[in-house]
Amino acid sequence: MNTVAPIEASAAEEIRAYMAEQEKKSLLRFLTCGSVDDGKSTLIGRLLYDTKLIFEDQLAALQNDSRKHGTNGEDIDFALLVDGLEAEREQGITIDVAYRFFSTPKRKFIVADTPGHEQYTRNMATGASTADLAIVLVDARQGILRQTRRHSFIASLLGIRNIVLAINKIDLVDYSQAIFDRIVADYQDFASKLGFQSIQPIPLSARFGDNVISASANMPWYKGPALLEHLEDVPLADADEERPFRFPVQYVNRPNLDFRGFSGTIASGVVAPGDEVVVAKSGKSSRVKRVVTLDGDLDRAVEGQAVTLVLEDEVEVSRGNMLVAPSARPEVADQFAAHLVWFAEHALIPGRSYILRTETDQATATVTDLKYRIDINSFAQEAAKSLDLNEVGVVNISTQEPIAFDPYKSNRSTGSFILIDRLTNATVGAGMIDFGLRRASNVHWQALDVSKASRADQKNQKPAVIWFTGLSGSGKSTVANLVEKRLSSLGKHTYILDGDNVRHGLNRDLGFTEEDRVENIRRVGEVAKLMVDAGLIVLVSFISPFRSERRMVRELLADGEFLEIFVDTPFEECARRDPKGLYAKALRGEIKNFTGVDSPYEAPENPELHLHTVGRTTEALASEVEKLLVEHGIIFNYDQSSWSI
Amino acid sequence: MTKSLTHLQRLEAEAIHIFREVAATFTKPVMLYSIGKDSSVMLHLAMKAFYPAKPPFPFLHVDTTWKFKEMIAFRDSEAKRLGFDLLLHSNQDGIDQGISPFVHGSNTHTHIMKTVALRQALDKYGFDAAFGGARRDEEKSRAKERIFSFRNAQHSWDPKNQRPEMWKIYNTRVAKGESIRVFPISNWTELDVWQYILQENIPIVPLYYAAKRPVVERDGMLIMRDDERMQLLPGEKLQEKLVRFRTLGCYPLTGAIESDAVTLPEIVSEMLIARTSERQGRMIDKDEAGSMEKKKREGYF
Repeated sequence: MNTVAPIEASAAEEIRAYMAEQEKKSLLRFLTCGSVDDGKSTLIGRLLYDTKLIFEDQLAALQNDSRKHGTNGEDIDFALLVDGLEAEREQGITIDVAYRFFSTPKRKFIVADTPGHEQYTRNMATGASTADLAIVLVDARQGILRQTRRHSFIASLLGIRNIVLAINKIDLVDYSQAIFDRIVADYQDFASKLGFQSIQPIPLSARFGDNVISASANMPWYKGPALLEHLEDVPLADADEERPFRFPVQYVNRPNLDFRGFSGTIASGVVAPGDEVVVAKSGKSSRVKRVVTLDGDLDRAVEGQAVTLVLEDEVEVSRGNMLVAPSARPEVADQFAAHLVWFAEHALIPGRSYILRTETDQATATVTDLKYRIDINSFAQEAAKSLDLNEVGVVNISTQEPIAFDPYKSNRSTGSFILIDRLTNATVGAGMIDFGLRRASNVHWQALDVSKASRADQKNQKPAVIWFTGLSGSGKSTVANLVEKRLSSLGKHTYILDGDNVRHGLNRDLGFTEEDRVENIRRVGEVAKLMVDAGLIVLVSFISPFRSERRMVRELLADGEFLEIFVDTPFEECARRDPKGLYAKALRGEIKNFTGVDSPYEAPENPELHLHTVGRTTEALASEVEKLLVEHGIIFNYDQSSWSI
Repeated sequence: MTKSLTHLQRLEAEAIHIFREVAATFTKPVMLYSIGKDSSVMLHLAMKAFYPAKPPFPFLHVDTTWKFKEMIAFRDSEAKRLGFDLLLHSNQDGIDQGISPFVHGSNTHTHIMKTVALRQALDKYGFDAAFGGARRDEEKSRAKERIFSFRNAQHSWDPKNQRPEMWKIYNTRVAKGESIRVFPISNWTELDVWQYILQENIPIVPLYYAAKRPVVERDGMLIMRDDERMQLLPGEKLQEKLVRFRTLGCYPLTGAIESDAVTLPEIVSEMLIARTSERQGRMIDKDEAGSMEKKKREGYF
């Protein structure tokens, strides 16, 4: 792939010189974004074509494709160079981000061509997360659209500071300066809130190449640079060696007893043998003994380098921790505020538990507070109970273990995270940390002298939560009630938390939307946990339709303290029994969000006990539960035959 | 943005980071070793990522039984030189059926001896992550693929529903039976690969260098007759020509180019003035439009 004059094949020296020249070039990563049909893919195709980076066989394939799928009649459709998926070529749209590479004598470029459709915003964000500059395309006939605003906002959120406002299809508005000026003014008006360092407006025609690689004769009124000229010259921020040292530990390299190295990529700053470093989470300090690579030990290593550090002392460090400069440490907290972009069809719900992943660390996390949602058109803050697909909000997050981080504004590597759904493992959100919440570090656990074990011993029982889940009317409360009666007669200390009863007090402010159901379970889980701490056997009788919340409660408790019982009565049978007349109402549409009717029930996959109720007596079912309690050592020293069944 | 690191240093660091990420988060990773120049670079990067330890995973060669003899010899000498754990797998059913690219065509051959064979090997060992040397500049559907590319339990790629891949945070979580294909040199171009081979003095299969070799002109390509299994068709004649290969694969499917480049600088120089892409020498990509995407959905790398 050449952009320089051909070189004599025999001249090895010249090749080495050429290579050295290549190595001096800086790299610019940028993306194209904007609304559907604004010409993003066409622009990249045009850039590749005009910088002579398309091979003959690729050009032949392109001409062939253009006849088959093209939208430009007999002309070449440059978008087909980048729209690489069959579905994209057939539908003439971009679905996922494509990465393309080109270079000029001045610079190397990695371009992310991102989709314009709102539904594929997460793919646009993927492209933006590693970019230094964004080309925001606008169709001159359309002006600023909703997606122009959304993409500019997301680019700003992800820390992109340089924008090229490419006003495309200028040929279709007669190269009008008035239209150009008006769009530029519109854009600058709303973008002034987004904190960009530079906005370079350029009028161009991607289809015909005006102002793409050289100035267009069609627009003598435009005095600014052509697109490629600007991309070659836009100043890039150098790595600031003054930034504090951050080394997220990725991998502990321990091939034998004599070597223990910490491998990772330097997120910021510089490191050299002899430097003092601190382990972020423990505060323990040591000195760097060696900076190891296969090419020999280094005297110093800088931001972006992947190295292995050996320390002077045997300090405890594992993956997810960070080695940092002692004088400027990151925050270590289990609660922090962040901006969050939501990627999943299934809404973000405060209280639900997700897996949070930073560059190398991982922790269970919940959004404790959705402070507000940001309207992408007006940038206004709106109250919200959940975040839907492609929405952006500001949240408080709480993690089960503390993590080490910096604000995203000061470090993109150590200030970012993703959220992963626990069941599907899908990446459902991306976050940028704003600041740690002091609350976490100031509210310490009060150490108590009487322990959970001693309280339980006194009662001659092992405390636990017996969680009955199932449809309304399945018999949960009936069975739980009988079990409690029998336990009580054995002198066991118990308590029943019943869904309906709790909703009269503790949870009377909650309704039946998905958000409220999650909060309902979270509160009950916390109450049950306190009761277990008090040494009780807690019977919880809740529909609790969602797997993730039942799992959340399970994880609140110690191993073996949570026994899940699936009270399995088919929907038809529950509806037939209908003890409270609720099914009749729900089926008439008088009750909304009724489990099994218009709200889902997710059956347990591996309950400790699966009770099939149809055709069985309450006594028999209760005995099964008691057997389970004996098996799990919750109750002991008793003779079941003494009970009347 | 770091001016202090060169372009190749940055690509190298990114690849090493990816290698380590897999070793730290998966229970049973493997590296697909296909012996070509990209595999040579991958091997070199893996050695760097874990030094002074050896890479903590085995290397798997899916042998179609139609590779160039020189490739096999090179593979075995590299395994010996570097002491890595080499696993070999061929599709025995395919061998029993006598699958041949000459008889069954490139599509059937590739599907049975490469795609199916690969799935067999992954299932047999239960690997949950597999490194491949694919690059985004190679082909249009590759340009769309994530660095950590999710595969369902059937090894299938769903291009319309890829996981977002933000920053350098990789979602490495899979359920039982699912896996991830990992491409550490996604962001390298062909030029970067050659430049790196030159800079690091990485050994490559001698077939990349020009030499007199017995070739036959067939379907517009120069095919090297590497063994007796290749029969000459009427009108064809075997000629000794000074040729080399830009990519390596199964010999009946890999076209040679006429060249007198016998050193690395000469190869690079030739590449700089090339007017065709490296994939032009591969028959499997030309059989039908979108063929790479289709193969990838079936479990091909």
